[in-house]
Amino acid sequence: MIIHNYTIQEASKLIAKRKIKVYEIVKAYIDKAKKLNHQFNSFLTISEETALMKAKKVDQLIADHQKLGPLAGISLAVKDLFSTKGIRTTAGSRVLENYVPVYDATVISRLNNAYTITIGKTNLDAWGHGASGENSDFGLTKNPYDPSRVSGGSSSGSAVAVATGASLAATGTDTGGSIRLPSTFCNLVGLKPTYGRVSRYGVISMASSLDTMGHITKTVFDNALVLNVTAGFDFFDSTTSQKPTDDYVSDIDKGVKGLKIGIPREYFQSLNSEIKGKILSAVKILEKFGAKVIDVSLPHTEYGVAVYYVIQTSEVSSNLARYDGIRFGFDRSKFGAEAKRRIILGTFALSAGYYDAFYLKAMKVRRLIRGDFLNAFKKIDVLICPVSPTPAFKIGEKKNDPISMYLSDIFTVNANLAGIPSLAVPCGFVKNSNNGSDPGLPVGMQIIGPDFSEKMLYQVGFAYEQETKWYLKSPKI
Amino acid sequence: MNLRKYEAVIGLEIHIELKTNSKMFCQCSAEYFGARPNSHTCPICLGLPGALPKANVESIKLVQKLGLALNCNIQLSNKFDRKNYFYPDLAKGFQISQYDQPLTSNGFIYIKNQVEQPKKINITRAHLEEDTGKLTHATINNRSVTLIDFNRSGVPLVEIVSEPDMHSSDEARDYAQKLQQIVRYLGISDADMEKGSMRIEPNVSLRNAGDKILPLYKIELKNINSFKFAQAAIEYEIERQTIILDSGKIPQQETRGWNEVKKQTVSQRSKELAHDYRYFPEPDLVPMQFDKTFISKLKTKIPELPAEKIKRFQKQYELSAYDVDIITNDVDIANFFEQANIAYKKNNPKKIANWIIGELLRRLAQSNQKISQLDILPASLAELLYLIDSGEITNSSAKEIFNQMIKTGNTPKNLLKLMKIKSISPDELDLLVSKVLLANQQAVKDYKAGKTASIGFLIGQLHKKTQGQASPHLAKELILKKLNK
Repeated sequence: MIIHNYTIQEASKLIAKRKIKVYEIVKAYIDKAKKLNHQFNSFLTISEETALMKAKKVDQLIADHQKLGPLAGISLAVKDLFSTKGIRTTAGSRVLENYVPVYDATVISRLNNAYTITIGKTNLDAWGHGASGENSDFGLTKNPYDPSRVSGGSSSGSAVAVATGASLAATGTDTGGSIRLPSTFCNLVGLKPTYGRVSRYGVISMASSLDTMGHITKTVFDNALVLNVTAGFDFFDSTTSQKPTDDYVSDIDKGVKGLKIGIPREYFQSLNSEIKGKILSAVKILEKFGAKVIDVSLPHTEYGVAVYYVIQTSEVSSNLARYDGIRFGFDRSKFGAEAKRRIILGTFALSAGYYDAFYLKAMKVRRLIRGDFLNAFKKIDVLICPVSPTPAFKIGEKKNDPISMYLSDIFTVNANLAGIPSLAVPCGFVKNSNNGSDPGLPVGMQIIGPDFSEKMLYQVGFAYEQETKWYLKSPKI
Repeated sequence: MNLRKYEAVIGLEIHIELKTNSKMFCQCSAEYFGARPNSHTCPICLGLPGALPKANVESIKLVQKLGLALNCNIQLSNKFDRKNYFYPDLAKGFQISQYDQPLTSNGFIYIKNQVEQPKKINITRAHLEEDTGKLTHATINNRSVTLIDFNRSGVPLVEIVSEPDMHSSDEARDYAQKLQQIVRYLGISDADMEKGSMRIEPNVSLRNAGDKILPLYKIELKNINSFKFAQAAIEYEIERQTIILDSGKIPQQETRGWNEVKKQTVSQRSKELAHDYRYFPEPDLVPMQFDKTFISKLKTKIPELPAEKIKRFQKQYELSAYDVDIITNDVDIANFFEQANIAYKKNNPKKIANWIIGELLRRLAQSNQKISQLDILPASLAELLYLIDSGEITNSSAKEIFNQMIKTGNTPKNLLKLMKIKSISPDELDLLVSKVLLANQQAVKDYKAGKTASIGFLIGQLHKKTQGQASPHLAKELILKKLNK
């Protein structure tokens, strides 16, 4: 088997049984990352030296019969919003082009302690602002399933790094869909965890009340392995929950028998009909396994994008205020167009005389949106709906139309506003060209559950994935 | 100019740095005074990307304690907010503060006004926020530069806002000093104006005498680092605004700073340039919730406050209002007084008070020190008083010794030896009395025969023999004791 087609689960077994050296795998991933970077631009920094050094150390520990856990020696790509001690962290913005953090984000130290190996920092829409990856100050990231199309954003480089076999897993952040969208556009599994489940400490803030720290993998099982390491209370993040974490891997094959799946009708009204078909057939498969399907309504869905763009830009305007170039980085003159747009919008929304009409009202509607979900979860266990109304769109198609770009988030922002978890899982491909060898464009569905229901989301995703195994359909590169 | 035509309306905003081990939102030491610049910093108080605040529970308690001492309501549920503005000393581009839900509100304290009647000053609120870094403007290699020290960044600050209940600079000073005293009694801050751990920002405006409504404008005064300057700035403003009002105009609403060199206030920022702070709830911190049991437990930890102590001292020690006022001004002095009084078992609090006021406080004022900086023990003062009482040393020697006690913390008996001060032990004195009586048999006979005036002669002889050590009072006592045997 080719190294680049491994899943974490497979690589982990080989490493533990000492069938393959960590150094060998890490070297192969780094070589691939370097080779493909001019083509897809998924990495902003490749940390070859430190990665290979650490790989050798992990090999030594394994040779010494240390028990290191399933993520030991696993190559990791890190979204360039996560502070990495000693490794440049740019947020995809020229403002931080030369910024090297003096500390690690909590998620990074937890992954480091699990002996993962960071091979580099991935590209993104600057500051996480975008749905396509095109807002990066260092150039966009191309979609491996069709390089004329966007990879999805903002965790664009993270998704493409995993999709192209340059890494086994990648961290991401999801404020309004930034993990789920690129995961879907690149045929990957992406988790947006419950707000408070994974620490935000050390990750460059976009909108503090919406930001969640998740990750992107090829399979559902792999995804659960990573959450086992990153989840849990952090002293340094007051918004993390004290609620104990689950073992997300155990019972992942429990199945969906008797599970009640809600289909929120508001999410099936305006979308690509092929995508709608793919999602409904995915639901059919789960029904076949014994799940019950129930039609539900989330009446405040339509206000989601508006509410999101008030709250998010307000918090962005405040969070970006520290970038004055005095203590680190460059000054504000290096902010790109989208960052400036959001700073202006947010500043306006928080201004005296407008606060009540915008921010305060948005916060009230936000509560109603969460209420919709809580009501629905009285009757059902999980919701299934599309991630995106369209497959990956053409590069440049929405670049000059911010509103249509913002509407890419239409199905994802509500989970952030409600603070609940959502797992994006591939559910097939739609036709892209008449070329017979073209696999088409990936489609994904979201499995949304109540607060802290990640374990159940993985069980549902796993049941579906075992039947379909879409992850085996690699891009032709 | 007729000052009575207008009445000054004065409110005070006072910032006080809280004495906690660590800063408000990180674990850096909050004890920054004199530390090497930027040595007490971390990603959180430097506002590095990704760093998040973690609220210091101790500082919240201190503000609640203060609130209780200021007769405020303690809000059971409240939150932090972001106050957004740009300044190079503000690391995050916003200050974490409290906007519409302060920890405590609606309190009051009493001050004395000129006619010595207690006057009530209402307190609007006391809330918690973080301090900023410190800018220093300097010239280095002929270039004007501004240096930033973030050691102060994130140090917990309580902001106490009064109602505009004061009408003179004296009242404003009394209020600020009373607040400082309460804060020091609580032990929550040094509230030292010179070190910047207490800062006063008065709001001053004038209205026609007799009016009850607030004037339509107010002038905020900043950059004030002593009570004296606060008073001077308020006086200057009253005069300046009087002239403007007399000319038929209304002073422009603005922020003015005190310039100590020119002895005047200067315009800093007008209303048109006033900030819109874009307050919104701090999303990185969860709202706070307290229960009533927690607050009542906190209440039991409030020490005796100045007002209660003054009452008790007057009653318990039968001291004059004047003495009590001075002794209770500093809680450490009050404690010293009480302990010395326990050690000196002659039930003479007035004597202790005289030594404290006449000697201790006078010398502290001379050396600009506080008693907390000294090693002197209350029991040592008692020991010193016993030495005087027994005639071993004179009053003036005692004062010399006391001065050294203040400086060194040494005990009177040790100092007596070290300083080679002339003294007579009780045995020696007894011997001298016997000698005087033996050498002046005639005077003794006279006395015994009823010529009591001859005692004066004997006292004079003893005084000569002791070279002035034994006071006439003590000499008389000792001679009579022997004569009447």
